[in-house]
Amino acid sequence: MHSSHSSRHRRVGDSPAIKWLLIGTALAVAIGLLIVPLLVIFFEALGAGWGTLADNLLDQYTLHAIGLTLFVAALTVPLNLVFGTALAWLVTRFRFPGRKLLITLIDIPFAVSPVVAGLLYLLLYGRNGWVGGWLVDYDVQLMFSWPGIVMVTVFVTCPFVARELIPLMQQQGSEEEEAGVVLGASGWRIFRTITLPNIKWALIYGVVLTNARAVGEFGAVSVVSGNIRGQTNTLPLHVELLYQDYNIVGAFASASLLAGIAVFTLAVKGFVEWRQTHTLNRLQTEETA
Amino acid sequence: MPSKLKGLVTGLALGASLFAQPAVSADRELLNTSYDIARELFAAYNVHFSEYWEEQTGETLDISQSHAGSSKQAQAIIQGLKADVATFNQVTDIDILHTRGGLIPENWAERLPNNSSPYYSTMAFLVRKGNPKNIRNWDDLIKDDVALVMPNPKTSGNGRYSYLAALGYAQDRFGDDQEKIDSFLQDFLSHVKVFDSGGRGATTTFIEREIGDVLLTFESEVLNLADRYDNGEYEVVTPKVSFLAEFPVTWIDEYVKQNKTEDLAKAYLEHLYTEDAQRLLAGFNYRVHNETVKQETADRFPEVKLLPIDVIAGSWENATKEHFASGGKLDQLQRRR
Repeated sequence: MHSSHSSRHRRVGDSPAIKWLLIGTALAVAIGLLIVPLLVIFFEALGAGWGTLADNLLDQYTLHAIGLTLFVAALTVPLNLVFGTALAWLVTRFRFPGRKLLITLIDIPFAVSPVVAGLLYLLLYGRNGWVGGWLVDYDVQLMFSWPGIVMVTVFVTCPFVARELIPLMQQQGSEEEEAGVVLGASGWRIFRTITLPNIKWALIYGVVLTNARAVGEFGAVSVVSGNIRGQTNTLPLHVELLYQDYNIVGAFASASLLAGIAVFTLAVKGFVEWRQTHTLNRLQTEETA
Repeated sequence: MPSKLKGLVTGLALGASLFAQPAVSADRELLNTSYDIARELFAAYNVHFSEYWEEQTGETLDISQSHAGSSKQAQAIIQGLKADVATFNQVTDIDILHTRGGLIPENWAERLPNNSSPYYSTMAFLVRKGNPKNIRNWDDLIKDDVALVMPNPKTSGNGRYSYLAALGYAQDRFGDDQEKIDSFLQDFLSHVKVFDSGGRGATTTFIEREIGDVLLTFESEVLNLADRYDNGEYEVVTPKVSFLAEFPVTWIDEYVKQNKTEDLAKAYLEHLYTEDAQRLLAGFNYRVHNETVKQETADRFPEVKLLPIDVIAGSWENATKEHFASGGKLDQLQRRR
C-alpha cells in the first residue's frame, strides 16, 4: 500500500487520537479497577486514625489470625518448594510414559475452584469421608483444625513453583548436567552446583507466588476451617467475620494487612522478574555466542 | 545444617502447639457453633455465663465461637466439627444433625422449653426516613411504586421466613380463598427488585447501594440497623401479622460425650432461659419468653400476631416440599408473571 512508500511508516491504528484513546482507556481501567480499590482499603483502615487501626490489629483474635496465617504459609511454602522442584526436575530431565499427563495434572489446582477443592477434602477426610471415617477411630482430626487448613492450602498452591520451573528448565536443557555426570559428580552435587544456581530466580519467583496465595486463600480454607475464632480463623476469614459484624474499620484494618503483604509481594516479584530476564538474556547471549 | 533444621522443626512444633490450643488456658472448654450474625450476642453471653459458672462450680471456662451460615455449620458438624452446642436460626438445620448426622436424638426440640428456642424473632420492614411510601402492613408492599429488597428464599432461611410471613398474612386475610392467596403472593414477589443470596447482602443492597423502599429481614436485624443509624435515616415497621421465627438450640450428644462436656453444654443452654440472660438477649433485639423482661421491653416489641410454621404450612418438611423445592409454589408464582 502506498503508505509503505512514504518515509514515515504508519499503520491504521497509529493516529495520535487512537493512541491516546487507548492509553487513556487502559489508564482509566487500571486506576478504577486496581489502584482506587487498593487505596480505599488503606484509606478506610485509617479512617478512624492510627490508634484505632492499632487497636484493631492488636485485638487478641486478629493477632491469632495473623499468627495462624503466617504459620500455615510457613508450612506450605517449604512443602511446595520441595514438591515443585522435584516435580519439575522429574518431568524435564527424564522421559517416561505418562509424563505429558503428569504435566497436565499439575494444573488441576488451577482448574478446580478452591471451594470445590475444599469440599473434596472435606468429603474425603471429614467424619463421614472415606479416609476421615477411619481416622475417627484413631481420634485423629484433620478437618476443622489447622492440619486441614494446611492441606487445602498446599493443594491450592502446589502448581506455582513447578509451573515457574518447567519452562525454564526445558529451555536450559540438560547439557550442563550431563557434563557433570560425565565428570563423575554425584546426583546431589549436580543439583546443588549446576541446577540450583540456574533456576534460582525462577524458584524464588515461584515461592513468592506460593506465599502470596497461601496467605490470601479464602475459598478452600473457608470450607475446612470450621471458623472457630481464636483457633482456626485465618486472616482472610477474619476479614469476612468482622465485616459480618458490621465492624467495617476492623475488617479494613485486617484487609489492609493482607493488601500490604500483596504490595510487598509485588515488589519482590518485580525485582525477581527483572533478575530472571537478566538470567534468560545471559543464556541466550551464551547460546548465540 | 542439621542444627538449623532442628531449629526449624522445633519452631514449627512450637507454632503448631500454639495454634492447636486455644489462646487462654482454662479449666474447661466449650465450642458453640452459631449462625453468622450472632457473634456479638454470644460474645456477651459467654462472659455472662462464664461468670455464673465460676460462681457455681469454681471452674473457669474458655468458650469458643464459630460463626457461619447455619446450613454450612450443620454440614461442618456432620463432617466432624466437634461442637458441643449448636445455636442456629433455622430449625431445619438442627433437624439434619439428627436425620443425616445421627448426632442428636429425634426429640431434640422437646428437651428444652419453647421448642428448644430460648428466644425468637419475626419478620419486619425497614423503610427510609419519614416512611415516604407509608408502609404499615403487608398489603402496602404491593402498592404500585413500592420496590422491595429481600434475600432469596431459595438460598436463604431469612428469605424463606419473609416468604412464609407473607403467605401467613395472606392466609389470615383471605382464609380459604387459595386463588386470592396465590395472587397476593405473586404480586408480592413481583415487587421484589433485588433477591440477594443472603441477609447480609440484602442489607448492603438496601443501605449501601440505596436500592428499594423496603428491606425485609428479621426484626432483630431491622432494629439493629435502625439503632446503628440513629439519626432517623431509617424507620422500623412491624407488620400486624408475621411469622414466628424460632432460634433453636441443642447440645450435640455424640460430641459432648466425647468431649466430656455434657453437664456444661446443658447448663450453657438452660441458662439462656434465666431472667438475666433473657434481658441480655432482648438487648440484642430478640423477643424472649420471660414475662418480666417482656414487660420491660414492651415498647420495643409491638404486639404482633405470630404464626408458627405448623399453622402456615403444616411443618418445615411440608413447607420445603410444597413451596421451596424445584418446581414448587415459589417457582410457579414467579414463572406466571
